[in-house]
Amino acid sequence: MTVTLGVPSAIILAYSFLSRGAYGGVEQPWTLEDFARLFDPLYGSIFLRSFGIAGAATILCIALGFPLALFIARSPRKNLYLSLVILPFWTSFLIRTYAWMFLLRDTGLINTTLAGLHVIREPLPLLYNDGAVLLGLVYGFLPFAVLPLYATLERMDKSLLEASADLGARPWETLARVTIPLCAPGIRAAAILVFVPCLGTYLTSDLLGGSKTILIGNLVQNQFTASRDWPFGAAASVALMIAAIGLLFAVRRRGEELL
Amino acid sequence: MLELRSVSKEFAAHRAVANVSLRVERGEFFSLLGPSGCGKTTTLRMVAGFESPTSGEVWLNGSRIDHLAPYERNVNTVFQSYALFPHLTVRGNVEFGLKRKRVNGIDKRVAKVLEQVRLSGKESRLPSELSGGERQRVALARSLVLEPDVLLLDEPLSALDPLLRKQVRAELKDLQRRVGVAFLFVTHDQEEALAMSDRIAVMNGGLVEQVGTPQEIYQRPRTRFVASFLGAMNWVDGIGVRPECTRIARAGRRATVKRCVFLGPVVHVEARLENGETMTAQVAAGDARFSEGDGVYLAWDAADELRFE
Amino acid sequence: MNKGTKSQGSGIRILSLYAVLIYAFLHVPLVILAVFSFNKSRFTVWEGFSLRWYRFDRELIEAAGNSLIIAICATLFATVIGTMAAYGLWKRPSGLLAGSMYLSLVTPEIVTGVSLLAFFQWAFRFLHLRLGMHTVILAHVAFSVAYVAVVVLARLRAFDPALEEAAMDLGANEFGAFLRVTLPFLAPAVAAAAMLAFTVSIDDYVITSLVAGIDSQTLPMVIYAMARRGVSPVLNAVSTVIVVALGTIVLISERLRSA
Repeated sequence: MTVTLGVPSAIILAYSFLSRGAYGGVEQPWTLEDFARLFDPLYGSIFLRSFGIAGAATILCIALGFPLALFIARSPRKNLYLSLVILPFWTSFLIRTYAWMFLLRDTGLINTTLAGLHVIREPLPLLYNDGAVLLGLVYGFLPFAVLPLYATLERMDKSLLEASADLGARPWETLARVTIPLCAPGIRAAAILVFVPCLGTYLTSDLLGGSKTILIGNLVQNQFTASRDWPFGAAASVALMIAAIGLLFAVRRRGEELL
Repeated sequence: MLELRSVSKEFAAHRAVANVSLRVERGEFFSLLGPSGCGKTTTLRMVAGFESPTSGEVWLNGSRIDHLAPYERNVNTVFQSYALFPHLTVRGNVEFGLKRKRVNGIDKRVAKVLEQVRLSGKESRLPSELSGGERQRVALARSLVLEPDVLLLDEPLSALDPLLRKQVRAELKDLQRRVGVAFLFVTHDQEEALAMSDRIAVMNGGLVEQVGTPQEIYQRPRTRFVASFLGAMNWVDGIGVRPECTRIARAGRRATVKRCVFLGPVVHVEARLENGETMTAQVAAGDARFSEGDGVYLAWDAADELRFE
Repeated sequence: MNKGTKSQGSGIRILSLYAVLIYAFLHVPLVILAVFSFNKSRFTVWEGFSLRWYRFDRELIEAAGNSLIIAICATLFATVIGTMAAYGLWKRPSGLLAGSMYLSLVTPEIVTGVSLLAFFQWAFRFLHLRLGMHTVILAHVAFSVAYVAVVVLARLRAFDPALEEAAMDLGANEFGAFLRVTLPFLAPAVAAAAMLAFTVSIDDYVITSLVAGIDSQTLPMVIYAMARRGVSPVLNAVSTVIVVALGTIVLISERLRSA
């Protein structure tokens, strides 16, 4: 029986690994030239910016998500509030990104409202910059952060909080010295779940960043379509994966379950 | 009719069962008794078919069964958690095995066994709607309806609260007598084993230390382990004496009272002997008028002494 | 716990207020999109209620049809494979399989898409096929399997293995035990996972656009093309329809999951 189950599992396994092995490309000669190209300062800055934006998005998602997770964990109607978080998350990332285009553009809702209220005379350039991308990322990935944080908070032994209060700690102190440290595994999980996809984001930077913001994701996509430089795109993609896997290992602790 | 011949089970890290040989006779209530980790559950699972022996054989009614899958053996198990199928009613659970065998007259057999465990009328309930005791009876019914040669029970009373346990214990024993099926019963509770069994095998560290009737095991234990496991023991000068055989008398070994522990019907008087060892004498509650520091004499009959190498 | 001190009470109030703000942040943009989809004018100034933007043209409907077909096929395969993988993983834990599932979940879409594209092109040298709906379906199955497996695995964790042993003890073989005892237990999770796989497939842009080939257009591809050209009220209308449809599916799925 275990054999019949192992076989389909092995197929998926092979599939997922096979599809990640793109090194050569259109021509055969195996070379590391393309990897060397990555170190060119032009591309280096792209990588740096991607890391920067992804990092900022991660920090924001965790910082904003933690109080919300706390709220849900404490509330008597957990499932309701949880559903309210999950709902936007699963309904079309593309559309949610578009929603911010609608709001932020020069003739978008925010600008027209502010102009209508005579707060501004000229439309604010809210769209097509790094800030918009950051906003889009946080908006998109906030639920990714809330869920693991909530899971950890919910599983926490409440009697530890009671013990802390019993020993004289005020609510804020209990929060800072007991709750947050105990939530570390959840924070780590949230960080990975947000950072890695943000690092490779394509849609958000494409739609909200315009041509000014090129991140790794856009670079890779570009190579595989317009530029037709598959080997280089593959190299960039592999570099991205190495960064992601490296992070996963760096943050992992022994005995912690990932799924 | 169930026979284990030199059965051993080794896992990667340790040897769970070492060279165990046992016989369970038809209609017998046989218990495997021992502390957790002694191998009793592993032995049971080898009879059920969920583990294969590393060496040795399991025979049932003259045929070898250790290579057969669980569903090929005429042996059924009552699991510790009862393992009732949550999506099926009581009836659904009880008739499950019969349906696999595709026999006729399922309804009649189900009704009969439910009557035996006194659950008639609850056929359409779901396990979640039953009490702990009722769930256990469903588990019993589910297995008994298949008329196994041996019924295996893995600590079935440990999930019940203490008040219920004694009552269920008696019911289980009666049921076994009425139905006449051999029970192989695993427990770590010596009182339970003593009260219910026809014979007991005491296990420790994968080995069987002694097999015998409850009286034999309790009164004539063959090893120190069996003696201490079956009940409290006093050890003095390498000899063992049970507290209920130790009395406070006018002559005997001198001792100083350390403390008296009131247990309800009796009092345990703990006293230190001159050589430093401590003994406990069991005294009827009415006769206990000792306080710490009193000097007493402890005595016992030579016949009650237990000696081991 | 005693809510005695004033600081505790106000702490909870602040938390609730914060929660309201965050929920607003998450949901309001979509609501605004929906509101303006009923706007008579195409500008961001409200001019009256109208359904004119809801008359979708052929191209849109055809693309939606394609997306539906792809999603249904992909969901079918992904659910079956994912469930079997989860079951196999539960019976015989394998670090490799679990790791690759996790990797699949966390990998940026760009990388998955590009890898699959490269894989297909490599395979096509031997198979004489081209990119089309079939490659899209395969790609969708590849990345959805992990989602299904995670949901089913979570439910399996709550399953008492003794139940399968009991079934075998009573005469069912391994397959019978799975079919009659385990599967009924898993049913809600499998259904929920299928719905999740469906929504993920319907919404995918990045991977689909890379492996779709010239003649198959999916709904997200059309939406993306429109969004690139700028904001349009037709897009608002399409978005609203999708969000409502997917949202309903997700709600049902969550209900099933917590059942």
